[in-house]
Amino acid sequence: MSRRLEHRHGLEGALAAPGGSELKVRRETASQTAGPYVHIGLAPQAAGFDIFEKNFGSVLANDKTRGEKIRIEGRVFDGIGTVLKDVLIEIWQANADGKYAHPADRQPGKSIDPNFRGWGRGCTDFETGVYTFDTIKPGPVEGRNGRIMAPHVNAWIVARGINMGLNTRIYFSDEAEANAKDAVLNLIEWEQRRQTLVAERLDRRLDNGAAVYRFDIRLQGENETVFFDV
Amino acid sequence: MRTPQPDGEFMMRDTTSHPAAYAPQYKTSVLRSPKLALISLQQSLSEVTAPVFRADELGRLDDDLILNYAKNGMPIGERIVVHGYVHDQLGRPLKNALVEVWQANASGRYRHKKDQYIGSLDPNFGGCGRMLTDENGYYAYRTIKPGPYPWRNRVNDWRPAHIHYAISGDGWVQRLITQMYFEGDPLIRSCPILGVVPSEEQIRGLIALQDIGAFVQLDSRAYRFDIVLRGQRATLFENHVQKTPEGERQ
Repeated sequence: MSRRLEHRHGLEGALAAPGGSELKVRRETASQTAGPYVHIGLAPQAAGFDIFEKNFGSVLANDKTRGEKIRIEGRVFDGIGTVLKDVLIEIWQANADGKYAHPADRQPGKSIDPNFRGWGRGCTDFETGVYTFDTIKPGPVEGRNGRIMAPHVNAWIVARGINMGLNTRIYFSDEAEANAKDAVLNLIEWEQRRQTLVAERLDRRLDNGAAVYRFDIRLQGENETVFFDV
Repeated sequence: MRTPQPDGEFMMRDTTSHPAAYAPQYKTSVLRSPKLALISLQQSLSEVTAPVFRADELGRLDDDLILNYAKNGMPIGERIVVHGYVHDQLGRPLKNALVEVWQANASGRYRHKKDQYIGSLDPNFGGCGRMLTDENGYYAYRTIKPGPYPWRNRVNDWRPAHIHYAISGDGWVQRLITQMYFEGDPLIRSCPILGVVPSEEQIRGLIALQDIGAFVQLDSRAYRFDIVLRGQRATLFENHVQKTPEGERQ
């Protein structure tokens, strides 16, 4: 057991403190704000110039991607209700089967979709403050202790004035039954706050038939979005 | 038999390593900081997985900020190499981690439609780059040393020269955005954004050291900047649990 532990932990180096066996755990590098010019590095076209051959963006699905095409759109508000126009959001989600495109996902019976990575990056528009992601609705993923999680998209929010990226989840209003059983939503003891994580399915559809969900994010104040320490 | 938890959970984030969300000396944080406590979440596949990036998604000059926007000459300023390692808290190298960097030019001006600073744009400098770490967690790029610049916080606040970093590791919870500073910069002491970092030790961790041994002779100076991401735990009893015969212990 102990040998396997060492191997699996990769502790050989960490334990090699001179004269002692104290486990050395380093501190994580301190987070700093993304600042107002985050677009230069992560979305240069939004900053106003073209530099890379290939850009990361907010369109996650193509015509061959399995699953229901959806758009998630919304705005981000500060503590007095101002629409913020300098926010960058990244999302990470499972495919239509409920499988993440990552080797740690070994859920049986689910397959990778070669036309879907499940990751995207979008910016709130400098004029309207609206962000959009064009993706597919994720399938349910197995959570801890085998409990199935309701379909959701993970989101990470950075901007000027945010010292450490904020983690949240986007659930779907037409999954009320699954949401009611979701262990993460149920962990939020203030029931009215769970609603801040549910994107509302609108009547509107895009020309390509995609359903539209609205997910607004409130950084502070009334109806403050639930953010997670993950 | 289900496994009780996913493989490769990450260590709990030590919040004493990071600035608080509400940090009034950095005025913009006042209205953009959640007031309510974060909800602590035990990790699931949603947190321990993350996008995997491929070398073919990046261009040949993406890690060369001296040449990747050069139009009719080379950018003006001090030529430097910045290099270092990305490890996790337990000392393991982070392989294939996406490192994205962006910065002002030598005048302290950003190529961004919202930057109005009087410092001049450099027609040959874009100010962004990206790369993947190798099997040892090593990364390197070359660039022009950024200049300091004034910003609207208090009336005479200046940012020390810095390069922004965004790092994507093996798990969604390792995602980190930070800024790298340069050894010896006298503006470091008075910077409100650096001032919100909670300890001297953590501030030192953001300051790149001049690395004479890595200078490129007759060409560039070098700076060394190492990054530590969240540590990944092993699932100690996962195999044991999986090997328990069906029905014997659930």
